[in-house]
Amino acid sequence: MTDDNAAAALRPPEDPLSDPFWKSLADGRLTFQKCKHCGNSWLPARGECPKCLQSDWAWENASGDAKLISWIVYHRAFHPAFADRLPYTVAVVELAEGPRMTSNIVGVADPETLKVDQRLRLTIEQDFGMAVPRFIPV
Amino acid sequence: MRGKYVIAGIGQTAFGGLPGRSTVSLNVEAVRNAIADAGIEKDIVDAVMVKYPTSRFEGMYSQKVAEALGLMPGINCVLDQAGASNASLIGYAAMAIEHGQCDVAVVCFADNPKTGSRAAYARSRDANAMFGFFGTPAAYAMLARRHMGQYGTTHAQLGAIAVACRRHGAQNPKAQLRKALTVDEYLAQPMMVAPFRRDDCCLVSDGGAAVVVMSAERARQLKVRAPVAILGFGQGHTAWDVTQRPDLTTTMATVSAATAFKMAGLGPKNIDVAQIYDCFTITALMTLEDYGFCKKGDGGHYVEGGRIEIGGELPMNTAGGLLSETGMPGLQMVLEGVRQIRGEAVTQVPHAKTCIVSNQGGIMHTHSTLILAQP
Ligand SMILES: [Zn+2]
Repeated sequence: MTDDNAAAALRPPEDPLSDPFWKSLADGRLTFQKCKHCGNSWLPARGECPKCLQSDWAWENASGDAKLISWIVYHRAFHPAFADRLPYTVAVVELAEGPRMTSNIVGVADPETLKVDQRLRLTIEQDFGMAVPRFIPV
Repeated sequence: MRGKYVIAGIGQTAFGGLPGRSTVSLNVEAVRNAIADAGIEKDIVDAVMVKYPTSRFEGMYSQKVAEALGLMPGINCVLDQAGASNASLIGYAAMAIEHGQCDVAVVCFADNPKTGSRAAYARSRDANAMFGFFGTPAAYAMLARRHMGQYGTTHAQLGAIAVACRRHGAQNPKAQLRKALTVDEYLAQPMMVAPFRRDDCCLVSDGGAAVVVMSAERARQLKVRAPVAILGFGQGHTAWDVTQRPDLTTTMATVSAATAFKMAGLGPKNIDVAQIYDCFTITALMTLEDYGFCKKGDGGHYVEGGRIEIGGELPMNTAGGLLSETGMPGLQMVLEGVRQIRGEAVTQVPHAKTCIVSNQGGIMHTHSTLILAQP
């Protein structure tokens, strides 16, 4: 597998529902879905609001403010594409607007010093041939 | 239904690496041993209830198992609750008998990820592979880190669970990993996916197990040697994946246990021995909290000081659990519960009259509870 193919395998599959999320990131915006019926907000992309079950929603821009729910630090690669990135950090983050997402924490020397619920700020990085939303501690 | 149904027989294969054996073959061996243990003829079995192999999905799997067993059962089905399936199927078997849908049920499960494929455990946690969130251990580690941050749970406290299971497994001649572990040895290991070390994670094993379920009355008629009563059962499903779950440190094991305790007319203080699903150390710690053996957040303190070891207040995973006896099939937790109540366990807890068993799956998505007792 060439490097290009390896990176392509990590990019999200084409999907009419989630394509707007990734396209917005390429434009420098992190977005989430907000229900026009009940006001609930969520990620990842769904066809129906998981609260009121209506399909009347729109994409909205997130502020980029978030907090750290939890994080782990890989010292062993479970996928060959990450073998030369060890150690790296994967996190669950909660956007100020409510939705939670998987991401990476970057810009921190020792990830063991992070704290649950600490404040984070969005940074969008070019990686694997796409725009990847990551977070840095504030 | 309290105590009206029993586990009449138990059977298993060897655990560890079983090269060349299909999961159907392992299921047949386990069922053969379970019906022999019950002392019944194969042909009275009229329900075959199975979990499909986790490592490789197969459609019509329970039909393949029934065919290999030479049966045309009244009830033949797969339940997909991942690791909770086995215990839930035992409850469904009792309910099906209660309503006249069948008479004698076998519940079985076998898998062979050790000599077969481990791919199911290494895949990306969601569609966001670019973040590198790969592997089942990583997702449980995410729960563990939140618990540590929220409640001050320590590495040594996670280690205490591995130490207890390994101590018990070392005494079990059928265990895959018979090597005791100290907290210091645990702490000296390198991180794998922090906060997890290798010994926070279950074994990768091939193996199968089966139980026979019937009414207590039928067991008397058939002169079953050592039936064990099912006093209570329950389920609860957290359902949402880790990233989306509003609370990472509490699961629907709370509802599963409350349902089982209510049915049994018992509470945590009435339990003599526990078999708590320990695919990862944090799983057992959070389950003990959710079951009410201690307050939420106190699980770390609870498992320290030998409380969960033989001779302690709540001996747990007395055959070694998933961390030491075998990573598959999970149903071994029920088998050890039956042996403890029969008084036939290798690490027998004196005067054990009640045993609680947890089965769970996904990343603490699914949960099922059984309460076993002397008939
Ligand atoms: Zn809504």
